[in-house]
Amino acid sequence: MASHGIRDRVAIVGMGCTPFREHWDRSLDDLLIDAAGLALDSAGVTKDDLDAYWFGTSQSAASGIALATPLRLSGKPVTRVENYCATGSEALRQACYAVASGAYDSAMAIGAEKAKDGGYQGLNAFPIPTDGTNRTLTAAAMFSLIIPAYAERYGVDEDELRRVVARIAEKNHFNGARNPLAQFRRETSADAICEMPAIAGRLSVFDCAGVADGAAAAIVVRAEDALRYTDTPLYVKALALVAGDSSGLIDPDYDFTTLPECAAAAADAYAQAGITDPRAELALAEVHDCFTPTELVLMEDLGFSEPGTAWRDVLDGTFDLDGELPVNTDGGLKSFGHPVGASGLRMHYEAWIQLRDRAPEERRVNLRGRTKALIHNLGGYPGEMLSFVGIVGTGLD
Amino acid sequence: MTETRGILAYGAHVPYCRLDRAAISGVMGSGGGRGWRAVASFDQDTTTMGVEAARQALGSTDLVPEALWFSTVAPAYVDKTNATTVHAALRLDAAVPALDLGGAVRSAVGSLRAALVGPGRTLVVASDLRVGLPTSADESAGGDAAAAVLTGSATDGSLLAEYLGGASATAEFLDRWRVPGDATSRTWEERFGEQAYGPLVDRAWAAALADTGLDADDIDTAIVTGLHGRAVERLAGRLGVTVAGNLADTVGNSGAAHPALLLAHTLDTAEAGRVLALVVLADGVEVLLFRTTGALADGRPSRSVAVQVEDRADVAYPTYLAWRGLLEVQPPNRPAPNRPSASAALRRSDWKHGFVGSKDATTGITHLPPSRVGIGGGAVDDMEPAPMADTGGTVVTFTVDRLAYSPSPPIVFAVVDFDGGGRMPVELTDVDPAEVAVGGRVAMTFRRLHTADGIHNYFWKARPVRG
Repeated sequence: MASHGIRDRVAIVGMGCTPFREHWDRSLDDLLIDAAGLALDSAGVTKDDLDAYWFGTSQSAASGIALATPLRLSGKPVTRVENYCATGSEALRQACYAVASGAYDSAMAIGAEKAKDGGYQGLNAFPIPTDGTNRTLTAAAMFSLIIPAYAERYGVDEDELRRVVARIAEKNHFNGARNPLAQFRRETSADAICEMPAIAGRLSVFDCAGVADGAAAAIVVRAEDALRYTDTPLYVKALALVAGDSSGLIDPDYDFTTLPECAAAAADAYAQAGITDPRAELALAEVHDCFTPTELVLMEDLGFSEPGTAWRDVLDGTFDLDGELPVNTDGGLKSFGHPVGASGLRMHYEAWIQLRDRAPEERRVNLRGRTKALIHNLGGYPGEMLSFVGIVGTGLD
Repeated sequence: MTETRGILAYGAHVPYCRLDRAAISGVMGSGGGRGWRAVASFDQDTTTMGVEAARQALGSTDLVPEALWFSTVAPAYVDKTNATTVHAALRLDAAVPALDLGGAVRSAVGSLRAALVGPGRTLVVASDLRVGLPTSADESAGGDAAAAVLTGSATDGSLLAEYLGGASATAEFLDRWRVPGDATSRTWEERFGEQAYGPLVDRAWAAALADTGLDADDIDTAIVTGLHGRAVERLAGRLGVTVAGNLADTVGNSGAAHPALLLAHTLDTAEAGRVLALVVLADGVEVLLFRTTGALADGRPSRSVAVQVEDRADVAYPTYLAWRGLLEVQPPNRPAPNRPSASAALRRSDWKHGFVGSKDATTGITHLPPSRVGIGGGAVDDMEPAPMADTGGTVVTFTVDRLAYSPSPPIVFAVVDFDGGGRMPVELTDVDPAEVAVGGRVAMTFRRLHTADGIHNYFWKARPVRG
């Protein structure tokens, strides 16, 4: 099996991201037009200059027509992609591969979700006809299984672990409070979160990602053309994707303390990018903190912490804005909000502004000479998951 | 020579939930009484209770029914047969006919009599869910339960009780009635029913004794039941025979299921060679006479009625009302589940109704649900059916979901490892979230997950095994 990657063959030369909000006054079309416009302006191109479009949305629309119509794209190849909550990253991945293949010189990847028009709280799956035997748990409940499992495996007191994951929410709210695009801009304390009523296992509503509407977009071109668009492109170092076979649900050896699909995608991405010590080499990481325990175990699965030690690193502030490896500097899904199809591209947007020193002053990461960022975006649940890991950087290796 | 026929196996199901009758007047200011009534949980109906009773009956024998007859007054469906759901859950062969013999309380004891007379091995399942308007006598006196009896001849296997004979008396009079679609019944003045049943009991009792050549003195125990409580009590005293207890204080009167439930309860403790009379007052009187055999001691089901009566938890009265649709409460702010697909359900009936997974012939890994391709490698379509409904399991981890849609939140969900292999995340039922623990033991039970578009979505859940 080979995974060669396309290191330094494609560059991101423009990006845009709308605020993530309960946009009661804006439609999916509005969000697409806004995000596309920001990305086009950022790259200094028009919609007609681009050769192809990839549109990621999980449940808000179907087919490329749903993008071609609001943007009035004429005669363009437009593809809609879907890969659960990693949909936005999947759109970027497809666009990058198309450019790397030589089929197109430029492309747009755009992701959007209009999550708040359904009339219910939370995210709700599109109903597919089945035999009726499917699990009906919420994602929160599935991810809540991590806490008791991790506590038992590593001998951490469960009450202490509950505080550890609340500390992750506290960090992400701290970062989000310094992000004008984020959905939740109020700081909150781990103590306050621990006192909230449980909604699933030990998780409170503040352990869950915000549900928001929003869109984000990226313009990708051949690496050799990048400097024609910007002096500061981001080169794509790695694009890895692993879709699990759901064996974790039925395999008695799976213990809910790790997300193997994420570890496998990370290993592939590090190989593609030539990274051997991610904690020392990365300037920052944007990871899929759909629920607070997810971010905890991701620190281990992505190789930032040794197995069984991430909880200590969280308490030590390793992943804080001024820590050794800042994680979710934009507030993450927790505070930025999670419009499913847009989130993967939103994560790349944070790398786009941080690595190029464009982030707001109050949450700008001290890069310390590091030039690369990791983007982790997952879909599904523990045991039944797919994971994207990408790496971008400002220089050519 | 006439073949000796009788009971080859039997089983009962008393739901886990109970309503303390005192709780009724506590809320309503009237009604209720003393003792408890059994309550079908929100995820049970007459079909699922019938499945559980039938599993108890068939669990104690290797014999397979040649026919399945299902009787209830509260069918989950009309037009569509309910016995076919029981048939699928029991994984019976398509050649075994499954019929609903329903409509009235009398149908249940009538089908038992018809099965005892023969021919063939027939599994008779009776199930009832008794609903009364709040504060009514029916509400407090009723109970939800099911019972199953496998009938056949001595040539099929060892009879646990021989059927000696019986008699019937039929009459048309309005004691109790219900218009189809109504959840509750109406009754005429109590004293009228009592006098109407009197001569019918006398006649059927005398005819049954004549039919079997027995005297009243030969009968050790009479089980007398019917929904007219006053008539049953007064007329039982006229038989001159010891009358068995009626489970009124612990289960309530389970209507169509009650004759077979009381019969099962009596068989649970009866010694060999005892003569039992089953006397049922329902639009007439049915009398059936049995003699227990030496095989009874080794042929009983794994969970006696008494054990099930003890395995219980009280449900709050308002919750009970909500379960029965008598009190509408705010559902979770989540979309209600979709209706299941009829074609998908048929393709996967072995899984959905029978809880049959698959076992990889090469790796030995059990797959739940069944899979054509294994998780441990191996060839495609290299799987054997793995029936798991009767396999116990252990809780590996669990969570309580207070957000997910449920007809009665919260959902308690556990990852369960089955004895001998196989894992599945599965919903728990008949459970207090506070009692769940890693390492706890569970057994599978057939339940109704929800109803959408008039389609009852049946599947399996796990229930804690206590004690």
